[in-house]
Amino acid sequence: MSFFLDSVIMFTSQVLFFGCGWLFFVRQLFKDYEVRQYVVQVVFSVTFALCCTMFELIIFEILGALSSTSRYFHWKLNLYVILLVLIFVVPFYIGYFVVSNIRLLQRQRLLFACVVWFTFMYFFWKLGDPFPILSPKHGILSIEQLISRVGVIGVTLMALLSGFGAVNCPYTYMSYFLRNVTDSDILALERRLLQTMDMIVSKKKRIAMTRRQMYQRGEDQNKQTGFWGMIKSVTSAPSSNLSLIQQEVDALEELSRQLFLETVDLQATKERIEYSKTFQGKYFNFLGYFFSIYCVWKIFMATINIVFDRVGKTDPVTRGIEITVNYLGIQFDVKFWSQHISFILVGIIIVTSIRGLLITLTKFFYAISSSKSSNVIVLVLAQIMGMYFVSSVLLMRMSMPLEYRTIVTEVLGELQFNFYHRWFDVIFLHFHNTMHCLSLSSTF
Amino acid sequence: MASLDRVKVLVLGDSGVGKSSLVHLLCQNQVLGNPSWTVGCSVDVRVHDYKEGTPDEKTYYTELWDVGGSVGSASSVKSTRAVFYNSVNGIILVHDLTNKKSSQNLYRWSLEALNKDSSPTGVIVSNGDYDREQFAESTVPLLLIGTKFDQIPENKRNDVLTRNTFLSEDFNAEEINLVGWVISERGIRMHNYSLTGFTDRKRFNFKNLHYD
Repeated sequence: MSFFLDSVIMFTSQVLFFGCGWLFFVRQLFKDYEVRQYVVQVVFSVTFALCCTMFELIIFEILGALSSTSRYFHWKLNLYVILLVLIFVVPFYIGYFVVSNIRLLQRQRLLFACVVWFTFMYFFWKLGDPFPILSPKHGILSIEQLISRVGVIGVTLMALLSGFGAVNCPYTYMSYFLRNVTDSDILALERRLLQTMDMIVSKKKRIAMTRRQMYQRGEDQNKQTGFWGMIKSVTSAPSSNLSLIQQEVDALEELSRQLFLETVDLQATKERIEYSKTFQGKYFNFLGYFFSIYCVWKIFMATINIVFDRVGKTDPVTRGIEITVNYLGIQFDVKFWSQHISFILVGIIIVTSIRGLLITLTKFFYAISSSKSSNVIVLVLAQIMGMYFVSSVLLMRMSMPLEYRTIVTEVLGELQFNFYHRWFDVIFLHFHNTMHCLSLSSTF
Repeated sequence: MASLDRVKVLVLGDSGVGKSSLVHLLCQNQVLGNPSWTVGCSVDVRVHDYKEGTPDEKTYYTELWDVGGSVGSASSVKSTRAVFYNSVNGIILVHDLTNKKSSQNLYRWSLEALNKDSSPTGVIVSNGDYDREQFAESTVPLLLIGTKFDQIPENKRNDVLTRNTFLSEDFNAEEINLVGWVISERGIRMHNYSLTGFTDRKRFNFKNLHYD
């Protein structure tokens, strides 16, 4: 009876998450495009719902809600379905839509989509070779094999995203890095842009007029072929003049594009300066300093972890409680508080990571999508989101006290969790350093 | 050449509707082989004989300013785009007949071009409901062009044309559906579909197209 009740609760929450994913898709991601293939929307919402269910199960684990057998069952079920979606459904549809965009292969779309999917599976499997994942106890298609590979990809993504966030954060939040842009700078650039456009227009007018005159005289510039044609085109003055002007026009057009982009940049900087003077801006500036310190600490910890070859054994919650109890001498009910604090901590991590990921994905989507590729990009984003969340569950294990780690350990089997943490630190550090070098070199 | 008057026409519309292809076709009499994204603005010029054959004949340079980007761009992009909107003689609004959103976005494009877009983020306060008052005092002529008609399956063509009629009425604009192009000696002729139930559509020969 209780199992049935629990299942009903889980199911309703899943439907709720599905609705949220749908809304997000329609309102944010696809607000400028028309949804022609509903499959894409469904797949995205399903992935989102499954990821949120996973987090929900962790929260239930901490809170002790629902009976533990039903939790275990739902964990297993959810994990199987998520793996199915991430490894079979989404890559297949990505291949299908990519193939649909290519004109040549339109006829046998399904066939080529299957080919693409098999290639993906091959590389996915090969991914496991250089890492200490394979243990002979488990069969080929066991859950550990699949999860371990998904975990590797997901952890890499997490590290990349955190590295990117860690670098981007100080630059966007803090006003220290903003160049000083005045209105006159922008006006000067705009004037240059318009002047360039006018020059392009006048040259094109000359080309058009010359062409028209030549046309009226009966010559057709484009049809000069053969030996005599070449001789003719060399000796006739207007045509060589024409190609010269055309080259100048091409150069000017390139210049106009550069100027346009520079002006956009300056306008964006000016707006950021204005924003930083508002109350919200000042608040974010303040936050920026905090984040920078946090990022520096994180880099420091990552370096230490790698250099001294150590993985943190205890989680922050227990450590914090230990410190308060031992050093500050405050006595309180450890069990009670550890549950609540870890719940809050894990909840914050989950919410911020979901929100952060969705915002990043949206920005990314706006930047690179076009009407043709929007389907493919949304599916790729769904794949990234799924892998990211699965591996964040893996890594979150470290933030939880021992008694709550059991379910994750039980379900995911004998994964080498320490490996993932090490891998995260390595990638994070490398990426962070590269990004910093690049950003600093571009600012100064 | 300097004595010829200039006519500046903006070509606006969402990404990928076919503005660059259209401009290229109008000015170079050729189909654009490899369309790519327009960054900023690309201009092309067409020499046009206004009222040809009459004593009032005058040759104009029609500048077609093809502005790239989408309606939902960042406000920095919008402010930069605004420099192209000065002293405009006419606006061509292009939308993709296979994509409803591009037709809906035309309202926002026209507002942006006519400088009536008051909020920098481009969110229209009236929630997408068209407000004719905005266009009442504007004297800039508008032309609506719908592209990719041939990519619509046969059974949906009627609906699309009906929708277009409402759209062009809202804008009080002329309407052309670009289907097949025949490049003949003296310019570009265009075929129109004449369907029963619709009022007689004019056949436009581009050499005679003029802006009132």
